[in-house]
Amino acid sequence: MTKFTAEDVQYFANFARIAFSDQEAEEFSELISGLVGFGDELKEVDTDNVEPMTHPLQLFNVLREDVPQDVLDRDEMLASVKEHEDGMIKVPNIL
Amino acid sequence: MTLMKKTAAELQALLHNGEVSVKEVTEDSFKQIAALDGQVKAFLALTEEEALAKAESLDNAPKEGRGPLFGLPIGIKDNIVTKGTTTTSASKMLENFVPVYDATAVEKVNEAGMVSVGKLNMDEFAMGSTTERSAFQTTHNPWNLDCVPGGSSGGSAAAVAAGEVPFSLGTDTGGSVRQPAAFCGVVGMKPTYGRVSRNGLIAFASSLDQIGPITRTVEDNALLLNAISGVDHRDSSSSPQQVPDFKTALTGDIKGLRIAVPKEYLGEGIAEDVKDKVRASLKVLESLGASIGEVTLPHSKYASPTYYAIATAEASSNLARFDGIRYGYRAEGAKNLDEIYLRSRAEGFGTEVKKRILYGTYALSADHHEELYVKAMKVRTLISQDFASVFDNYDVIVGPTSATTAYEIGGVVENQLTLYANDILTVSVNLAGIPAISIPCGFSKGLPVGLQIIGKHFDEATLYRVAHAFEQATDFHKRTPSIGEGTN
Repeated sequence: MTKFTAEDVQYFANFARIAFSDQEAEEFSELISGLVGFGDELKEVDTDNVEPMTHPLQLFNVLREDVPQDVLDRDEMLASVKEHEDGMIKVPNIL
Repeated sequence: MTLMKKTAAELQALLHNGEVSVKEVTEDSFKQIAALDGQVKAFLALTEEEALAKAESLDNAPKEGRGPLFGLPIGIKDNIVTKGTTTTSASKMLENFVPVYDATAVEKVNEAGMVSVGKLNMDEFAMGSTTERSAFQTTHNPWNLDCVPGGSSGGSAAAVAAGEVPFSLGTDTGGSVRQPAAFCGVVGMKPTYGRVSRNGLIAFASSLDQIGPITRTVEDNALLLNAISGVDHRDSSSSPQQVPDFKTALTGDIKGLRIAVPKEYLGEGIAEDVKDKVRASLKVLESLGASIGEVTLPHSKYASPTYYAIATAEASSNLARFDGIRYGYRAEGAKNLDEIYLRSRAEGFGTEVKKRILYGTYALSADHHEELYVKAMKVRTLISQDFASVFDNYDVIVGPTSATTAYEIGGVVENQLTLYANDILTVSVNLAGIPAISIPCGFSKGLPVGLQIIGKHFDEATLYRVAHAFEQATDFHKRTPSIGEGTN
């Protein structure tokens, strides 16, 4: 797939939870098509028997004592929340 | 003459002898910012009141036990959280966000007695290389105000170059410390992945991001990396590897050093003036006793598509947290939860961020995950192995930091080869997780050229040794832009 259509934009935008108007979807279809064509270049690399590199450092099982630490203050955290009540974050009715 | 163009050692001598106070040093930084930042536009927020209060308390601290960075001003890139001070990542999404804790790197600069003067502009969520993609303002290059400072840490590099602060912190996911350092004629280090804690860094691509210091001189850079390095229980990807004193690496001696120059780094797409300065720099290093050999990094031409697949995939996942619920921008009048998500993200993110989230979502989708994301991770292995084989026979790799000098604001780099070359030079370092430093190595048409020195994992010490030896043998670091000279 090299052409990333406006329908593709809407399809993936739904997973990414971003609203796009029809006109924006057209514009982004051009932008993403360029990147998709770019990514296709990787197909020419021979990666048989090559392990994927998931992380630059090989660190395993980083553990710490199971004690509470770095506990943030609830009131301080709520200061950045747009709407809250009794220490809880308010959202529109979901039912 | 401003104090902001002095080195840490010079400032410590003045403080020690009582010729200036920490308060006066701090005031000088704000004076410079007031005089110059209307043109440079490096800062998004200033913390003058807190900074002056801290400076006064530092002046009352005993002189014994003061470290080399005590009382010195620093600016922080705006994607590194600072308790009580807005941290926006230059995005409308976080326009009014005030963090409730300090990033570990910020805690460490505070512990070193540094005085934070404010937050620095950047491309939105660090996605860009010009700082034009900030949702708030475009930063200007102090060497030529019509040009970009580079990015994404453009504010961090421009503030140091202009003499507004002697120190700043930037972040580097694909070149975002090194390229603006090159464009602004200052020193920028991307440390080894894991060297500096990412706790409190607003994540772009978690397997690539690193915080790094930007300064005027190599020694000052080493001092700041000393201060911010080390394992952190709040970032499980930070490394327990021993942190040496980087200052002791500054011996000036590079006799016998083996330098590799990849032919891809001086190939097509790299501007002739940049190549000339890099070749001249190699001669300087040779005259200091280093030997130079040409090598090849055969997979470097795939660095750019590999980087885009991995960085956007990780970004699409990391930026999912901005949902308009707990913090950040929330769309008005949404009727249900889904509408809050869809509209807050549509209205809060800029075009480049949306583009990368979409492509990253595509890269991680069931139909494309194997052929794109996993494939890119395999090519990443090959790119990393290319570096490892070169380091079997060489101590460092040297080349340009960027394919060109700074370009004009609003201009578009149309040459596809130049765009490719830029990515080849910087992103492959992040993919491999190795360290690299950019230092000034000349000027072309009044704009700085950056020399990039790349090293083995956790071998920042050798990079500082080479950079320092070069700096001592040249005087590029002594030149400063003419902006604000009337005020100095």
